[in-house]
Amino acid sequence: MEIGLVELSRMQFAFTAMYHFLFVPLTLGLSILVAIMETVYVMTNRPIWRQMTKFWGTLFGINFAIGVATGITMEFQFGMNWSYYSHYVGDIFGAPLAIEGLMAFFLEATFVGLFFFGWDKLSKVQHMVVAWLVAIGSNFSALWILIANGWMQNPVGAEFNPETMRMEMTSFFEVLFNEVAQAKFVHTVSAGYVTASVFVLGVSALYLIQNKHKDLARRSIAVSSAFGLAAALSVVVLGDESGYSASHTQRMKLAAIEAMWHTEPAPASFTLIGFPDQEARETHYAVHIPWAMGLIGTRSLTTEIPGINELVEESEVRIRDGLIAYDALMTIREQRDATPQAVRDTFEAHSENLGYSYLLKRYVDDPRDATEEQIQMAADDTVPGVAPLFWAFRIMVGLGFSFIAVMAYFFYRASFRQMQFPRWSLYAAVAIIPTPWIAAELGWFVAEFGRQPWTVDGVLPTAMSASHLSIADLLITLAGFLIFYSVLFVIEMSLMVKYIRKGPFQDVDETNEWQERHEARLRTAIDIPTSNTKPAE
Amino acid sequence: MILFELIEYDILRVIWWALLGVLLIGFALTDGFDMGVGALLPFVAKTDVERRIAINTVGPVWEGNQVWFVLGGGAIFAAWPPLYAVSFSGLYLAMFVVLAALIVRPVAFKYRSKREDPKWRARWDWALFAGGAVPALLFGVAVGNVLLGLPFYLTEDLMPMYPGNAAMKFIGLLRPFALLAGLVSFSMLLMHGAAWLSLKSEGAVAERARAIGIKAGFVAAAGYALAGLWLAVGIDGFALGEVAANGPSNPLYSDVTRDGSWLAAYAIRPWIAIAPIAGFVGIAFAVMGLRAGREVSTLLWSKLGIFGIISSVGLTMFPFILPSTIDPNSSLTVWDASSSHQTLFIMLVATAIFMPLILMYTAWVYKVLWGKVTEADVTENSHSVY
Repeated sequence: MEIGLVELSRMQFAFTAMYHFLFVPLTLGLSILVAIMETVYVMTNRPIWRQMTKFWGTLFGINFAIGVATGITMEFQFGMNWSYYSHYVGDIFGAPLAIEGLMAFFLEATFVGLFFFGWDKLSKVQHMVVAWLVAIGSNFSALWILIANGWMQNPVGAEFNPETMRMEMTSFFEVLFNEVAQAKFVHTVSAGYVTASVFVLGVSALYLIQNKHKDLARRSIAVSSAFGLAAALSVVVLGDESGYSASHTQRMKLAAIEAMWHTEPAPASFTLIGFPDQEARETHYAVHIPWAMGLIGTRSLTTEIPGINELVEESEVRIRDGLIAYDALMTIREQRDATPQAVRDTFEAHSENLGYSYLLKRYVDDPRDATEEQIQMAADDTVPGVAPLFWAFRIMVGLGFSFIAVMAYFFYRASFRQMQFPRWSLYAAVAIIPTPWIAAELGWFVAEFGRQPWTVDGVLPTAMSASHLSIADLLITLAGFLIFYSVLFVIEMSLMVKYIRKGPFQDVDETNEWQERHEARLRTAIDIPTSNTKPAE
Repeated sequence: MILFELIEYDILRVIWWALLGVLLIGFALTDGFDMGVGALLPFVAKTDVERRIAINTVGPVWEGNQVWFVLGGGAIFAAWPPLYAVSFSGLYLAMFVVLAALIVRPVAFKYRSKREDPKWRARWDWALFAGGAVPALLFGVAVGNVLLGLPFYLTEDLMPMYPGNAAMKFIGLLRPFALLAGLVSFSMLLMHGAAWLSLKSEGAVAERARAIGIKAGFVAAAGYALAGLWLAVGIDGFALGEVAANGPSNPLYSDVTRDGSWLAAYAIRPWIAIAPIAGFVGIAFAVMGLRAGREVSTLLWSKLGIFGIISSVGLTMFPFILPSTIDPNSSLTVWDASSSHQTLFIMLVATAIFMPLILMYTAWVYKVLWGKVTEADVTENSHSVY
């Protein structure tokens, strides 16, 4: 296996996946925010809310187009670039992807057209239902994708079949209710809600600074800060849930994120900051918070969290165990039906660690020929890059907490300070628009880079998963994606900027007229406080 | 879970083989007319208003239609993992070209009319043309290559191998028979797009579409007949030795020889002749309908034609799905390239629940959008349409 090919395949996957995820979080959150705004419109019948629905809906549409288009790449890239992976785990991994199409993608894509084209063709309630179906479809989409991804992190409900040389599903139920998948789903969609809230907040703040579209902007801030506050809390809580599930399902990833080289007596301390050194296997200038890691990771004072060194030793044991399974598998493959039962039993007993023997394929064609030194190298390979994970995780968490503060502040000003926002806070809201994207991309980096050297944790190494393409194949498509996606990015950004500059442009007269009447009514209500007419419409 | 044993493994495999056909045909019937309209765009619509009429006939529905393709990919992954692994990696650069076309198309739809600048719009019109024409052609080329067999083999570990360098692998797909198949699919979808435009638009756009659609129908029928003849005399089929219909999904266990003709299937299962007959009849009536200016029935006949042509390929090749030219034993068949018994069952349950729902709400959406797209529609609603 040429390393160059695997590296290029990984680069392409990382680039196309991270690019795709520039658009997904906004789709997840904005679809819901738009549906909420339309619901308010249907309930109150105030034209301003319809205008808001259409305005944010337009931005949603620009974003949605690229999100959908780049998602097609994701669906096909497994087969194109990761054909051994596709063969090896398709029996499990393919199902959630297909169900995503059946249950979610069809729903959102069929109704998104009607959302934009159906304003005159549907009743108000029908159109609102369409908006919600788009939002539900988008969010269900995320559910199934994260069930698929969760299985890569924690491969439950499956076992290896020597006859077909692949993993096969034993329990769909376990795949579906994989604890990693469930925690990831809520964490990811909440992150999408935060992203959309920060986006709506920031654009609205820009309008207030520029002193235009103030009616739309104030209401948008009210909705997005309330929604964003709930979402930001949920991201952090569910992120903690992910950390907890990682402590028993993906121990190496957790140890690497924390740069925890040695097992510490429980409860372990949390390294707030420091400089991890992969060569020396220690962290320089570390600042620790006593007990914190043990409490977050195990929710107990007595459970130990294993350190990297201990996990490497464990990997070595598992590689040796996997070699027994590998040897038995070769016998089964040669003798097929004539295989003695004893060999089959041996395989059954050790097949859990079969994937570990594959780690040796990087060094030798037949893992059984591996030297002691190679086994040690393969065991060392199970440690992902510690410093990038350590830092990516800390920046993500820092941003996550800051979103709570931002949203809480704007929610407070919107609810209890008559929508009066100091100028500095508006500038700050504009300035932080890119940060949720940074946090989301870092989150994926931690999840996927932290799983290395595996595509499916403990089951299939990344180096074995890639298609046997030529380097030229990869260079052509990688260059193609880079150029093509960069052009699309420039176009999409320029359209976003154009439509944000333009502001709300639909139903303008009707909305302004209503707004004037509405304000007049409010003034009357203040002038004659004793008036016992119905509350202002 | 013992529930899945309710349906025998071999029956599930045949059901999933049929569902694979249903998805591909569903894609061709729905997204097919979108691609046809894209490919027709420069020829049926001269002014900006005409182009917007043509684009807006598919504007609200192309997104849902395209999901047939994405779902097709997902279903192949879930139900036929070896097929997904071998074909997508084997046809690597061709898949990349299709991907590029399918990415540019949604973006073009959404962005074209967002600026007034004629140059901007002209560029996106070309993108829409390419986004329709290129996949319409390449899908046919791919089907032609499947009939010819692809030069791949599987290692003992079942790793798909596809020898050759990047350029040769791509150019190697452009074999004469495959190009003929590409011509058939391209002209078939042009006809389908024309039938759609004749239903959903009026005036000059519809007239030009009908004129091109009639020619495309003739080309499709002639190309299809020629391809059949070619298969009869010039191309070897594949034959499967002993069949283990309930065996494990390991393609290497089967014994495949390369002899006879694909068309031998028509001697063994004469009833499958209904597929090519449906293909010719559908095209003939669609062409007549385009001539006579009939609208709804023309689109339905066009659908029948496409249904017949695509299903004839699958029925002719059964049980083969993807034959290998360089190592026939690596060929993928219905009996050795599926998912496990349990996964096929679960996926069938999911399909049985959601497919009727999908068909129902899709039908509702088309009903809401029923009626022609007129000049007034695009000029008066500039904000809410493309």
